[in-house]
Amino acid sequence: MKNYIKYLPFLAFGLIACEPEFEEGIEENEVYNAGEADFSNYVSLGNSLTAGYADNALYVQGQENSFPNILSGQFELVGGGEFTQPLMADNLGGLKLNGNQITNNRLVLSSNAGQPVIPPSPIAGDPQTEVTNKLSGSFNNMGVPGAKSYHLLAPGYGNVAGLPGQANPYFVRFSSSDNATVLGDALAQNPSFFSLWIGNNDILGYATSGGTGVDQTGNLDPSTYAPNDITDPNVFASVYSQLIGGLTESASGGVVYNIPNITDIPFFTTVPNNALVLDAQTAGNLTGFFQALAGIFTQGLIQQGVPAQQAQAIAGQYAITFNEGPNRFIIDVPVTQTNPLGFRQMQPEELLLLTINQGALAQGYGSVALSPEVLQVLGLLQQGGSPSPEQAQLVLSAVNGIDDEDALDAAELQNISNARTAYNSKIQGLAQANNLAFVDADGLLQNVSQGISFPGGIVTSDFVSGGGFSLDGVHLTPRGYALVANETLRAINMTYGSDLPEVNVGAYGTVTLSDNVN
Amino acid sequence: MKNFLISGLLLMLASATAYAGGYRVAAQGQRALAMGHAGVGVVNSAETAFFNPSGLVYLEDKFTVSAGITGVFSNVKWQNTSTGQFAETLQDPGTPFYFHAAYKVNEWLSLGLSVSTPYGSSVEWEQDWPGSHLVNDINLAAIFIQPLASIKLSKHFSIGGGPIFVTGNVNFNRNANRTLTDEQGNRSNITIDDTGVNNTGWSASFMFTPVEELRIGFNYRSEILLNAEGGEATFANFPNSTLTPQNGTTEFDATLPLPAELTIGFAYEMNEKWLFAFDYQRAFWEVYNSLDIDFANPNVATSINPRNYKNASSYRFGAQYKATDNLTLRAGYYFDESPVQEGFFAPETPRNDGNGYTAGLSFQISEKFAVDASFLYLRFKEIDASYDSYTENGQTVPFEGTYKSNAFLPGIGVTYKL
Repeated sequence: MKNYIKYLPFLAFGLIACEPEFEEGIEENEVYNAGEADFSNYVSLGNSLTAGYADNALYVQGQENSFPNILSGQFELVGGGEFTQPLMADNLGGLKLNGNQITNNRLVLSSNAGQPVIPPSPIAGDPQTEVTNKLSGSFNNMGVPGAKSYHLLAPGYGNVAGLPGQANPYFVRFSSSDNATVLGDALAQNPSFFSLWIGNNDILGYATSGGTGVDQTGNLDPSTYAPNDITDPNVFASVYSQLIGGLTESASGGVVYNIPNITDIPFFTTVPNNALVLDAQTAGNLTGFFQALAGIFTQGLIQQGVPAQQAQAIAGQYAITFNEGPNRFIIDVPVTQTNPLGFRQMQPEELLLLTINQGALAQGYGSVALSPEVLQVLGLLQQGGSPSPEQAQLVLSAVNGIDDEDALDAAELQNISNARTAYNSKIQGLAQANNLAFVDADGLLQNVSQGISFPGGIVTSDFVSGGGFSLDGVHLTPRGYALVANETLRAINMTYGSDLPEVNVGAYGTVTLSDNVN
Repeated sequence: MKNFLISGLLLMLASATAYAGGYRVAAQGQRALAMGHAGVGVVNSAETAFFNPSGLVYLEDKFTVSAGITGVFSNVKWQNTSTGQFAETLQDPGTPFYFHAAYKVNEWLSLGLSVSTPYGSSVEWEQDWPGSHLVNDINLAAIFIQPLASIKLSKHFSIGGGPIFVTGNVNFNRNANRTLTDEQGNRSNITIDDTGVNNTGWSASFMFTPVEELRIGFNYRSEILLNAEGGEATFANFPNSTLTPQNGTTEFDATLPLPAELTIGFAYEMNEKWLFAFDYQRAFWEVYNSLDIDFANPNVATSINPRNYKNASSYRFGAQYKATDNLTLRAGYYFDESPVQEGFFAPETPRNDGNGYTAGLSFQISEKFAVDASFLYLRFKEIDASYDSYTENGQTVPFEGTYKSNAFLPGIGVTYKL
């Protein structure tokens, strides 16, 4: 018996040594390769999209599904190191500054008796992320929600004394010093590989404010810009060159992203501009109203001494006709000599924002409040009567055009488009010049708006239900970020000859359900 | 002896791990296991009670007991090279055990008792692993208790069998789907749990001994359906929403079949030193068509999980060599066909065809008392497989990947004769 017992240790060793092994094991690094890139220290720079912001807040679950974090998981298969993120304190997402909440909690989709409640509401709870609680150490994910291109170079952007205004609360949490810049803190980590997706907010602040800001094209001093302004393309180009110049010094490679078109983002596409749906009678009433209004205004102009022909030409633009079915809304525009009343019907390409009061739209916002008094005046006019000046004024002021802050008109869209085109050509040019991987985020979101299918479903840009965009209508869901990660992996493989696998899109979630709302 | 049995039963409560086709655990006798688990024609100890009850009457001793326990160390690895994901099961050794006893009433009648755990499965993946919508962990165990009678009809022919009382338990956890979480990001999951699921079955066998050196055996064990009725289903980490099931418990009904098994084979005693055995076994897994979990809560849809198993065969070869009066050496091999069909490879029983290599020995400590040891190395080929019956939004979402697994089963037992 003794003779056999002495073999027992060998037996035990055999049990441990004989784990099953794949012919080509992923875990054993036998499947993929890094090509010419070195992923050992990946640092991501950018804005909210890089940070993993979603549902109008930054929160832990969103950060875990940020596209850089998804990428780092794949980089790990070919020698990528640990990827650290400045995680928020909780999944509520609200920020506090000295104990006072300064940003809202994340949006969730609540329900009522098995039906989703739209619009989404912020989740209830007392958020625990205090901006002044400085996080220690450096972080691979340097995405700062709200950052514009030039902010990445701005000293003091992470200085708590600059709040609110010059500083950014998200960067305050993890900046290395009061004077640190995002780029400086990134370079201090000696990144071996980087991603840079910046420039979205250089137009998006303007766009989401309905173009209430200023197009700063021609103004080369970004310190004079307000949050809702469009960044001058030359400023953007100069900043972007500095960012790429700095990052390519230490890194073996990197990936850059262009700026998507706002027309592929549900924030701008969910409320159609022709949601004025009328029955035949109301359409007739409205048409009659605007004919009357044009008539009244013609008379007014003539009384002010405008020649009759010219008066009719100017007032004629207000004789807007309405048809049974969907009609485009009336929008307020700046008062000009050619449009002295400062309103017109929306043009086909013009956009309404997701934040517009849809209840008000149903009550005459964007058309006319046809009050009994107004109808009375219309009746008077139909019978050939002449309205009094008060009655004429009543008709003119019954027009309730959509405010500037709720819509993007053609001129505003042109400003956005001009800047974006200039930014994108700079981004692509610098990517080519520096042999960087280039992700056509613009093209990707165009495809999402057409629908991208995967085993188990289809991702679209439809608000709430599409799966690509989070409940704020601007930022992506984990599934949307997974699509960005996959597009990135394809670009990296193509540029650096690496072989990195794509992630399983269907394994990433979409919007979060919860009835824990106030 | 008593203490040994009690500790064995306690260990059993921990779990038993599947390593044969489906969730069949072939470890019902160390002597047989060392010979490729072939035993339908072998008469050498109370182990015969399980392998072929009709053979009990040929045992020479008045009273014989065989008892033992086996440690199951199984490893399953999974990877998907199109996504870069990989996972492996956690090491949670199962401990199937057996207790067989035979009492010779007279020359033509023997009575016996067999307690064993021929079915069971314990597979534990890392929580929330990529296949967590199919299984996080499963633990099922069934104890067979069978009183037996063995009757010698002639020198050449005997019959045997008896009723089987089964008591089983099941615990199965998986995530609700691939993405749903609560407000904190915890994956929504469902656990079904039931214990004391009882049912009965039977086995019948015969043994034909044309010449003294050759025994031909036949054994049939009936199908037994474990009907879990009114078990407890626990919904956890669902968000607070009327769009999803509520957290808490509800009852469930489900049926897990333990398939019928037919074995024929022979044992040939070449001389005093050598004995060879062969078994052919057919397991009627076709009965396992679908695992349907019906929840009492009317708001929760019945979970339909097609399995579509097929009947499967195994081929068992064993040899025994009596080295000295006190020492007997054994070795064997078996090929175990998997009942799992292409496209139905579910990670809760990730089994393809297996090759078992066995060895073992018996050491006669005294005239009455012997120690039996066995060792099984079970090897499965690397296989690309998928489970294609999971759907989301009405669309099929295959769970694909490459599996590679093996298992080591060291076992120890005792044989006691009076």
